[in-house]
Amino acid sequence: MKTLKNISFWLLLVVIAGVAVVPIVQGNVSMREDAFFILMLVILASSTNIIMGYTGYVSFGHIVYFGTGGYVAFYLMQTFQWHFVLAALVGGVAASLLAFLLGNAVLRLRGAYFALSTIGINEAVRAFVSNFEPLGGSIGMFFNFSMYDAYGGAKNAGQLAYYAMVVLALMTIAASFLIKKSKFGLGLMSIREDQDASMVLGINPSRMKVITYTISAFFPAIAGAIFFFKNGLIEPGPAFELHRSVEALVMVMLGGFGTVTGPIVGAVVYERLRGFLITNETFSNFHLVIAGAMLLLIVLFVPAGLVGWLRLRFAAVRRFLE
Amino acid sequence: MNIEALIASTFDGLMLGFVFGLMAMGLTLIFGVMKVINLGHGPLIAIGMFAVLVMSQSLGINPYLTLPVIIVIGLLTGIVMYFVALHRVINSPELTTLLATFSVNMMITGLMTVIFSTSPRGLDVTLGSLQFGRVTILGTRVAAVVIAVVVTIALYFFLYRTRQGKSIRAVANNRGAAELMGINSSWVLGLSFGIGAMLAMISGMLLATMFSFTVLTGNALETKSFVIVVLGGLGNPTGALFGGIIIGLLESITTIFIPVSWVPVLEFVVFIMILLVRPNGIFGARSS
Amino acid sequence: MILSVENVSKRFGGLQALDKVTLSVNEGEIFGIIGPNGAGKTTLFNTINGVYPPTEGRIKFRGEDVTGLPPFDLSKRGLARTYQVVRPLGELTVRENVTVGACFGRENLPLEKAEKVADEILEFVGLTARNDMLASKLNVAQKKRLEMARALAARPILILLDEVLAGLNPQEVADMLGVVRKIREQGVTIIMIEHLMHAVMNLSDRVFVLDYGAQIAEGTPQEVSNHPKVIEAYLGDPEVAKRFLEGTPS
Repeated sequence: MKTLKNISFWLLLVVIAGVAVVPIVQGNVSMREDAFFILMLVILASSTNIIMGYTGYVSFGHIVYFGTGGYVAFYLMQTFQWHFVLAALVGGVAASLLAFLLGNAVLRLRGAYFALSTIGINEAVRAFVSNFEPLGGSIGMFFNFSMYDAYGGAKNAGQLAYYAMVVLALMTIAASFLIKKSKFGLGLMSIREDQDASMVLGINPSRMKVITYTISAFFPAIAGAIFFFKNGLIEPGPAFELHRSVEALVMVMLGGFGTVTGPIVGAVVYERLRGFLITNETFSNFHLVIAGAMLLLIVLFVPAGLVGWLRLRFAAVRRFLE
Repeated sequence: MNIEALIASTFDGLMLGFVFGLMAMGLTLIFGVMKVINLGHGPLIAIGMFAVLVMSQSLGINPYLTLPVIIVIGLLTGIVMYFVALHRVINSPELTTLLATFSVNMMITGLMTVIFSTSPRGLDVTLGSLQFGRVTILGTRVAAVVIAVVVTIALYFFLYRTRQGKSIRAVANNRGAAELMGINSSWVLGLSFGIGAMLAMISGMLLATMFSFTVLTGNALETKSFVIVVLGGLGNPTGALFGGIIIGLLESITTIFIPVSWVPVLEFVVFIMILLVRPNGIFGARSS
Repeated sequence: MILSVENVSKRFGGLQALDKVTLSVNEGEIFGIIGPNGAGKTTLFNTINGVYPPTEGRIKFRGEDVTGLPPFDLSKRGLARTYQVVRPLGELTVRENVTVGACFGRENLPLEKAEKVADEILEFVGLTARNDMLASKLNVAQKKRLEMARALAARPILILLDEVLAGLNPQEVADMLGVVRKIREQGVTIIMIEHLMHAVMNLSDRVFVLDYGAQIAEGTPQEVSNHPKVIEAYLGDPEVAKRFLEGTPS
């Protein structure tokens, strides 16, 4: 694998890990909470980018896998007292399995039809979970306080969740990078550009798309497991919040569709900006309006996103910024 | 279950269905003409709701008399929205137009939240009721159906009998050819978007006379519109009307048999099935 | 015999696009397909390389029945094609485009080897200078070369060329003909659809004539150009008939 000898690959991971360690070293809990959330968004955006940016399939309801992973893991931890790490992994596998089954069906659809079907899937699952009593129905599920004892109390559990999120973020970014620079990734981008021509060139699009969709469901599912483990409470609304899916798309667009670093930059910029708008007195009420206006300006005038624009503009950037 | 409950539900569903159909027609018309799924559809419905609320509560106008004003607001909002958010990217891939319209959704939803907050509102309208045996039909529903039907007929008259309407259909059919025939496609696209927005707002106004609502109700209705539109075939206004009636009936009749909260599960499963098996809608041609 | 098409028909609703077409192509030859517009030439290509299955009839490639196999399967077996209307992978670079061909073609190469093959092929078609350009930014002649390069990178046994000369100026046509001859010299069998008669007549070993989806003649360029049915088919368009009979470039 040539990518493993690529300096920018390692540099990117080291930078992320380095930044993620800062709140731990400083012992700053509120900073750690911010970083936890941003890393989660990085994971959501990067995973969305794998199916959307590389393959060209706009998964509007990708959050369904975040919720699925969260619910499966939560149920295993709460009902069978499974260890968090194991439960999270099983949650990831379950979501991937769901994506595999659904993907075989819906990835035949193209363009707007696919986008709509992913919204439908998310809404169907949310409505189902809201009614499904074993998972707590519309009330959801919550942990007893004693639940965290196995991890040395709630405080340590929060710390553990943070480490898990950091590791997952690094894994997601590494996967995104490896896919992009591989033969597989080249095939995906070929499908994105022209699916019919790709078939004539020897690519089996249905198989590659399903594999990609399955991979892109795995990381958000584990992120969901970590998030709700730390949260101690899971409800259908926050678990399958369509709005969050769309925010992930916005982050991908903001940073740069189809690039590795774009979704990371997009997630950080979006979240920081939102944080600023919400805390700023003048803007706090208007944060949604401003975020919308910003999105529109990007879509209309910088469709390649921040990283994409840099890559198009400066040939030198292309060599080290993927 | 008794037969009267069934009859009452059927009537209710049918009447609600016409309004749903009108609502979805706005979405499907825009898709049919320019292949854009308007993710700002929900907030447009919400504007209709709040426009009638403000006019009737603050200015004391009878809700039904606000219709002409709502038509004008709808047309203008749609045309402005098209030229601001879409015109520049109308030939771009789906993702671009989806996000462009979604950005408008964020802006309108944000602005309305600032103005109206998200607390529930309701209109105070009563038009009496009709009694058939033990089946009661509310006057507000009858009025809503009448308006929905009149608007639909007017829309078809416009599309098939007027010059502007014919150019919309020409552009929907083949934009390139229509341009060669001397049709100004930018204006036609803007106008179509205006009509789509107008239909959304009228349906919002009618729904406001029947249910209580919040700023966010529009977004829930947007998802419902997707289901209806796919059921009837994306881009097919007549299909949308039938899709609306089917969903209206489904919502009212199934509640006799299953708890109300299961209805969305059923709806979205049907939605996905239709997309997979008959992506052109249940009335459309079977795709190859 | 490398390819045989036996009694192949294709119907689209009421339209009979191909009507019991039978042909066979020998290893190493250049096989020309001509016919008026709408005769079904591109449909024949689409049926051969699996874009859609024939309504009836069988297709055999290197002795194996490949009827109804998907295009990517045929590609792996050594069948490549170019499109009449070029289809570059626009947002990928020229080199990436050709690498796709090498990666997923007959040899199914790993990425690094495929990149080496791509470089060779780009040299061969004379596009090396454009390596890092986005494919969408090329001009028409360059896009045609790219299309050709991408097909060749698959190291095909048989290549289907769909009007590779259309839209090129005389100099570009001459260059492209050079490329086609070089491909043949490498032992690749070629089936080409072409409207430029002098090119088909000069290059092809055998020519096959389609009209309204059916075969009306087959033989050496000499035989075909004297065939009464062929002349009749082209007389519908006097301009083409004249060009055809005189064998002059348009």
